[in-house]
Amino acid sequence: MTADSMNDASRKTARASIWQSGWVHTLGQFMALVVIFSLFAFMVEGGKFYSLRNLENVARQSAVYATAALGMTLVVIAGGIDLSAGSIIALTTVVIAWVLNLPANDVPAAAARESRYLIDQWPALLPLLALGSGILVATAAGAINGLLVVRLRLVPFIVTLGTMMIWRALAKGLANEKDIYPPEETWLNSIMDPTLTSRDASRSWMLLPPGIWMLIVAAAIAAIVLRYTRLGRHIFAIGSNENTARLCGVPVERTKIVVYMLAGFFAGLAGVLQFAFISGIGQPTTGISYELFVIAAVVIGGGSLLGGEGSILGSMIGALIITILYMGGHQLGWRNWRQEAMIGGIIIVAVLLDRIRHRALD
Amino acid sequence: MVGVFTPRLEMRGVSKRFGATRALHRVDLQLRPGEVLALVGENGAGKSTLMKVLSGAIAPDEGQMWLDGELFRPRNPLDARQRGIAMIYQELSLAPHLSVMENILLGIEPTAGPLIRWSEMRRRAAAALREIGMGDLRPDMPVNRLSIAQQQIVEIARAVALESRVLVLDEPTSSLSRGDIDRLFALIRSLRQRGVGIVYISHFLEEVQEISDRYAVLRDGELVGEGPTAGTPVEKIVALMVGREVEELYPHSTRGDAGEVVVEIRDLTCADKPRSASLRLRRGRVLGIAGLMGAGRTELMRAIFGLQPVTSGEIRVGGYTGTRSPMSRWAQGVGMVSEDRKQEGLAIGLTVADNITLPRLDGLGPARFVLPSRERAAAAKWVNRFSIKCASPAQRVAALSGGNQQKVAIARLLHADVDVLLLDEPTRGIDVGSKAQIYRLIDELAAGDPAAGRPAKAVLVISSYLPELLGVCDEIAVMAKGRLGPARPVAQWNEHQLMLAAIGKE
Repeated sequence: MTADSMNDASRKTARASIWQSGWVHTLGQFMALVVIFSLFAFMVEGGKFYSLRNLENVARQSAVYATAALGMTLVVIAGGIDLSAGSIIALTTVVIAWVLNLPANDVPAAAARESRYLIDQWPALLPLLALGSGILVATAAGAINGLLVVRLRLVPFIVTLGTMMIWRALAKGLANEKDIYPPEETWLNSIMDPTLTSRDASRSWMLLPPGIWMLIVAAAIAAIVLRYTRLGRHIFAIGSNENTARLCGVPVERTKIVVYMLAGFFAGLAGVLQFAFISGIGQPTTGISYELFVIAAVVIGGGSLLGGEGSILGSMIGALIITILYMGGHQLGWRNWRQEAMIGGIIIVAVLLDRIRHRALD
Repeated sequence: MVGVFTPRLEMRGVSKRFGATRALHRVDLQLRPGEVLALVGENGAGKSTLMKVLSGAIAPDEGQMWLDGELFRPRNPLDARQRGIAMIYQELSLAPHLSVMENILLGIEPTAGPLIRWSEMRRRAAAALREIGMGDLRPDMPVNRLSIAQQQIVEIARAVALESRVLVLDEPTSSLSRGDIDRLFALIRSLRQRGVGIVYISHFLEEVQEISDRYAVLRDGELVGEGPTAGTPVEKIVALMVGREVEELYPHSTRGDAGEVVVEIRDLTCADKPRSASLRLRRGRVLGIAGLMGAGRTELMRAIFGLQPVTSGEIRVGGYTGTRSPMSRWAQGVGMVSEDRKQEGLAIGLTVADNITLPRLDGLGPARFVLPSRERAAAAKWVNRFSIKCASPAQRVAALSGGNQQKVAIARLLHADVDVLLLDEPTRGIDVGSKAQIYRLIDELAAGDPAAGRPAKAVLVISSYLPELLGVCDEIAVMAKGRLGPARPVAQWNEHQLMLAAIGKE
């Protein structure tokens, strides 16, 4: 090779590497978020769109999608998909409400006195038990998804399409096909209530609702796991090329089960937020088709359904973009069908831009 | 107007680059009507890229083509096909569920309005088959019930039905018997009579001598020689293809006594093949396995590495039998390079660093953490040592040339610091420079350097390229139809004997 052509080659690859940088990519998504937000800020009258109240609402509204998107990001990077996320959210709300109802209903008289005492003495205990049960059931559901994918060697799309119906059926069965109303309000109801713009001044020290703090902590942990741990490397490797991962000694099956389990766990967390969001009831019909918005958030955030690509930060931005489109459209008085068409279009454009970026690379 | 001296096809200054790789560099090629041009060159020399340019599958960066004196700039494969370029690839491109006639007239079906005129279709397909002397092939037979040779005939009939002016045959004889080859050659000669220009790509130089009028040799994307086939000795063509003397390509340092046995296999049998295979790998020795495609060599290696279930027999690694999985093999100091770089060998969407460090992520951070900075530093060491051409270890593997990709796949074993290297076709489809580097590396690893604290390693190499095996190995065993012959010192073998053993006629 002549010196001349060598220079050519290195120049070309050097340019490519700038575009490959994850930060440039994330910056691009962030710009898209800013542009979309600014558009609505400009169009909605009276500066209402960038009021503190609205900003807080955007955060609150996007939290459920964003939390479930944490798990979905892991699944998508590993080359899979989880269509049962919406059903797991519903199942979680039902389990929480069911546990909160336990002392009122099904407990024998003697035990009821005991538990009554506990509940009176430790008012935070029962909600904590309910929250734990909800997340535990959700995590188990995710683990079953993973086991089915790995053991039956079926494509994740089919497995989770099936469990999407089964988890919702479980939720309906447990709730007797009705909404479950817990006997009294607990702190679980208020984890998504406004803080800074709340009438209750004693909440403002929290800055953000506790549920959103939870999301932020969970997102940070998920991002660290993905970028800085062996599990994270393995997830990327499996999604990029499962055969290579196996050749390199990655425990492919075990890792996949863990990934679906984590997806269930995060869907469970999302379920906890949803429980608070729908004012503290267990609703077996809630969260229908949420999985599609969650997948959309991941894809807008740079996730590839072919696996091997995606980022937590990107998915968070994706969830925000979808929420802003919904709320902005709503405040402009757009009809529902226009909002939905808009979001559909944005998803296609986002993926198209991503493909074009890829073609420029290869 | 097409005169006697107008070439059927002319390519001038065709260049093409993929990222850092120069696939074609100013290639000039002429093909006269009724001429058979043999296009030869090693894997990765640029033959298939050149043919993709001709077929419109990729656009050249520079250069132009003329077809019968007219500027020819195909927009896509369909466009090229309609202008008279017919390609017949190694992997046949027929629709297996459709009939012979449907395949022959695919895309040019005679119609009446929206309906297909079946009688006309049958007539035209039969005419095309008759024209190439294959009138006895039934037009309504589904193609998946035909033999490979018959399927090839259907492809050629398709080219005739399209009135193709240029026919490209890519390794057409690799899966044919000698009788079928003779029939194919008769067919090629009759097409030549009709004035079709034929490009014949083959690794079998004896066939090239038999059928072609002229040869053209590509090496590293450049046309390095051409001329009439008659009177040109095969050795001259080989010298042009390789471009250097064989001795300097295969370094072979003097090695001490063979070290301990690190892998021992006894009567290993898998579901189909291998059958009852036994071998020993020792430190300081390179063992080669020769054989035909499908003889069971790859299955043997995969069984050793835990990628394929074993029916019976014993595999001892470092004296232990026990669980067989890639994970446990890496832990035992065994690493493997796959024959299929894209499907298995590398995650090409990930970075160079990711690919190199994947089997051994410990030590790249505290506990189970992996710090990207340390990961890149660890990879950079091998990138330098092995002169892998990339912008940085953080570059995606997809942007690298084949040779550099393969070096990444091998660097992985060095990073994991294995004692046993299992290499399946380690130089398939890569440039000569990278090949030479890989040969040198195999030699260095097998020799070891006790002074520098690097013990000699054991290497198992599978290759279909016999000069390579004879060049790098200490011992060679031949596998034929699932049975592994005894390993013998390389001095006791030559290409001819290896070939005889591979076809089971030792």
